Amino acid sequence: MGRTIRFAPINVGRWFVWGATALLLAVLPLLFSSGFAITLLSQMGIMVVFALSYNMIFGQGGMLSFGHAVYSGLGAFFAIHALNWIGAGELRLPVTLVPLVGGVAGALFGVVFGYVTTKKAGTPFAMITLGIGEMVFAASLMFPGFFGGEGGISSNRVVGEPFLGITFGPGIEVYYLIAAWCFACMVAMFAFTHTPLGRIANAVRDNPERAEFIGYNAQRVRFFVLTVSAFFAGIAGGLSAINFEIVTAENVSAIRSGGVLLATFIGGAMFFFGPILGAVIFVFFAVALSDYTKAWQFYLGVFFVAMVMYAPGGVASLVLMNLRVARHRLFGRLRDPYAGVLLSGLILLTGVVMVVEMSYHLTLNFAAGSEMRLFGFSVDSAAPEIWVLAAGVLAAGASSFEAMRRYFVREWGAVQVAIEEQLQREAGVR
Amino acid sequence: MTATTALNLVALRKSFGRTEIIRGVDLSIPRGERHAIIGPNGAGKSTLFNLVSGRFPSTSGRIELNGEDITGRRPFEINRRGLARSFQITNIFPRMSVYENIRCATLYALGYRYSCWHRLAKLADAAERAEAVLQRIGLRNRRDTPAATLTYAEQRALEIGITIAGGADVILLDEPTAGMSRSESDRAVELIRRVTEGKTLVMVEHDMSVVFGLADRISVLVYGEIIATDTPAAIRANRAVQEAYLGTPAQEARAPGPPA
Amino acid sequence: MEFFVVSLLNGISYGLLLFMLASGLTLIFSMMGVLNFAHASFYMVGAYLAYQISTWLDALLPGTGYWIALVLAPLAVGALGAVVERYGLRRVHRWGHVPELLFTFGLSYIVVELVQIIWGRAAVPYRVPPELDGALFTVYSTHFPAYRGFMMLVATLMLFAIWLMLTRTRVGLVIQAALAHPETVEALGHNVPRVFMLTFGGGTALAGLAGVIGGNAYVTEPSMAALVGAIIFVVVVVGGMGSLAGAFIASLLIGLMQTFAIGIDWAPAGLLQSLGFEIGPATPLYSVWSLELSQVAPVLPYLLLVLVLILRPRGLMGTREN
Repeated sequence: MGRTIRFAPINVGRWFVWGATALLLAVLPLLFSSGFAITLLSQMGIMVVFALSYNMIFGQGGMLSFGHAVYSGLGAFFAIHALNWIGAGELRLPVTLVPLVGGVAGALFGVVFGYVTTKKAGTPFAMITLGIGEMVFAASLMFPGFFGGEGGISSNRVVGEPFLGITFGPGIEVYYLIAAWCFACMVAMFAFTHTPLGRIANAVRDNPERAEFIGYNAQRVRFFVLTVSAFFAGIAGGLSAINFEIVTAENVSAIRSGGVLLATFIGGAMFFFGPILGAVIFVFFAVALSDYTKAWQFYLGVFFVAMVMYAPGGVASLVLMNLRVARHRLFGRLRDPYAGVLLSGLILLTGVVMVVEMSYHLTLNFAAGSEMRLFGFSVDSAAPEIWVLAAGVLAAGASSFEAMRRYFVREWGAVQVAIEEQLQREAGVR
Repeated sequence: MTATTALNLVALRKSFGRTEIIRGVDLSIPRGERHAIIGPNGAGKSTLFNLVSGRFPSTSGRIELNGEDITGRRPFEINRRGLARSFQITNIFPRMSVYENIRCATLYALGYRYSCWHRLAKLADAAERAEAVLQRIGLRNRRDTPAATLTYAEQRALEIGITIAGGADVILLDEPTAGMSRSESDRAVELIRRVTEGKTLVMVEHDMSVVFGLADRISVLVYGEIIATDTPAAIRANRAVQEAYLGTPAQEARAPGPPA
Repeated sequence: MEFFVVSLLNGISYGLLLFMLASGLTLIFSMMGVLNFAHASFYMVGAYLAYQISTWLDALLPGTGYWIALVLAPLAVGALGAVVERYGLRRVHRWGHVPELLFTFGLSYIVVELVQIIWGRAAVPYRVPPELDGALFTVYSTHFPAYRGFMMLVATLMLFAIWLMLTRTRVGLVIQAALAHPETVEALGHNVPRVFMLTFGGGTALAGLAGVIGGNAYVTEPSMAALVGAIIFVVVVVGGMGSLAGAFIASLLIGLMQTFAIGIDWAPAGLLQSLGFEIGPATPLYSVWSLELSQVAPVLPYLLLVLVLILRPRGLMGTREN
């Protein structure tokens, strides 16, 4: 056996993807340049870091946590205090490095709480994280000195020495700061998955017992992964502190923890880029959709449950499954079923939205009268005719959607079989 | 005991609640020996393995590995001291590829531990060892397949691969040929013989031809006690063993001999 | 002394309400292995349905609304639970416990929003029926509400009924077995899907009953689920997953703990000062020492949860750890 020659070609694909990502991050605000769009993009950037950090323990580590906001929230509190100290001249630290304060704080609490929580796995772990999350939230109202009580802690991000003329006053400058941190964190977290710890975390997720029998203390693996995850969550918190210039008890609340869980799962926990998609979708619901309807949480909840029931691999898995079909050149067979599903789904959605929006209007805004705007039309939400119409649309949508869904499932199954046959033929030829 | 004893069990007992499964086992296995443990169903063979590998704590008694007392130690501590085991019910990492499964098993032994600063792809020693193991267990052509999609025999081979990848020199195999056909068993025996050269092997088996073909010495475990430990030929002739397996001494034992 | 007795009675009645909720959660968890995150949501639905039913019926037959709702609302909630199990949870069941947990988690989200869509965001005027309004007896100078007594009565009757069913009927025997050894029960050939549906429906019906009883004693509003939701998890874990007796003890324990703590203004600073230490605002960690028990009260159940999970993961009387 002679000396093996190592040939490692530059992974062009990987460089291309990361380069394109960086380019996209840089160019997005130029494409969507309204103030609202910049805000939206900034929040998406923060959520991407948060969701990726959550997936480190959830998708890669197999730990379901209901209290991850503890790390991002505490990181945010430490960061905003740091901002205040910089503003008062007590701390010489450029604002660009304030997220790191959040990260370190997050990691410290990761060590403290992580030691306690990772003693267990599975459902007990989920319960402990819930308990600690509620505990920290309740505690945050007990120490107004640090947590600012009901009003929280506010600050001003335009402090300290301007960095190359950048003061972080304008929203676009904040966006680029967030984008830079977001990119750096994405690279770091992706690299983590290709380290021994990252891979063993997967092993512990799949088969903790077997991992023990190849020399790894499963509990310690989980502890380390949680600490690293808490570090990145803290960075997300720090970015949030800079972006909103205020941190309240809500940052450590169960609502935040639930939100990042929703975002990560919807995006897809099984793939690295899943949470990125999920973060974008979640922020879209929470920030953009909330301007149009008060029922956005309901829609988000339904979307989430639908994903749990029909696509537990998240949007990422849907994308990849369809790419797989396209690669095998069978996508043509799905064009009609997709059209049918989308059209009937649209009708169903319209019916649901009509009912939901009108109900919401009746129960919440009744004092303002029963007139409301629906899809740009003025309707009287108390009039029975419109309800009959809504019910009709809903019924039509539901029945047609069900029919289209079955049609689609049949065609999808046939496509999968065809793919298998293709693969077998190729294997046989080889 | 001297350091030439790989595994030493002293008065080992294990009870589950009020039921005593292992009732005082004394066994000494020298280094480099291939030792088989046989016995009727329910004798406690898997339990014995679980005690030695740290999966269950023993009720009383002592376990020594290479002269060191490992009684009560956790599985990963025992594994780090040079003992690896396979499982009767295939226990692999289903979502990872075959190659990844094996590479994971090499990481701690090679000293990478909980590192998050090494790049996996650049670890030449892990890659080489994983490739070597892959070659030895004959799964080279299934390198990138997800482990869950392998056939049963391939999974059993992977199971053995994971067990030896860490380089442990005391190998415990729990019914490695369970559920295999004759030809698959024969291939598995060859594989086991190859990969345990120079190592200490302790295996639990039901298949007599496997046992008689592979073992230097055999222990017979009946109702939690070892009733005999001897060479294969002596075990075959042992009356107590025949009685335990077949019930009455009057019937002739039909234990198949090694391939002629 | 008055404080002690009043708090004792209030704590017990609150604890019994918690037990009504925790019992359903324990049954569902023990039989199906599903931790029903939406359990408190069914509690809330029970309260709202009771309000709606009693309002409608009081318009038709004055005075009967509450009593009919007492029977109808839990049944409706149970039916809802069975439907959720049959068409939702069952689908997810084959993927394991994490998707089940996520499903019930998402469900809790949706139910809160649905309730708001139908009944609005403000509290609804779900009132105690006039027959039960007023004082049952007077302790020192405080009236003990008759309705609290009624609550305790219903909870105790329910507990008794559960005990009877578990120990005296065949179904109860099966449930007892499943509480400790679910896989074996399945292997014995019981129609598991149907048992699951009935269990989930039964457990949620219990939650609905708790809602009917508790909704008008406390406030019926969209946030009522969140307020009690996390606490019942603490109850179930502290009591021991799989143990109804443990849930009972833990419910009372936590009910009493909460009620007493909220009323006590004592702070460690007081103790330290009486021991001779000088405690003032300049003392390090003063914000901790000066915390009064009444301020710390919200945190106590979760502290207990964390302690139990670390020190005695089986809980008080649990037979299984997970």
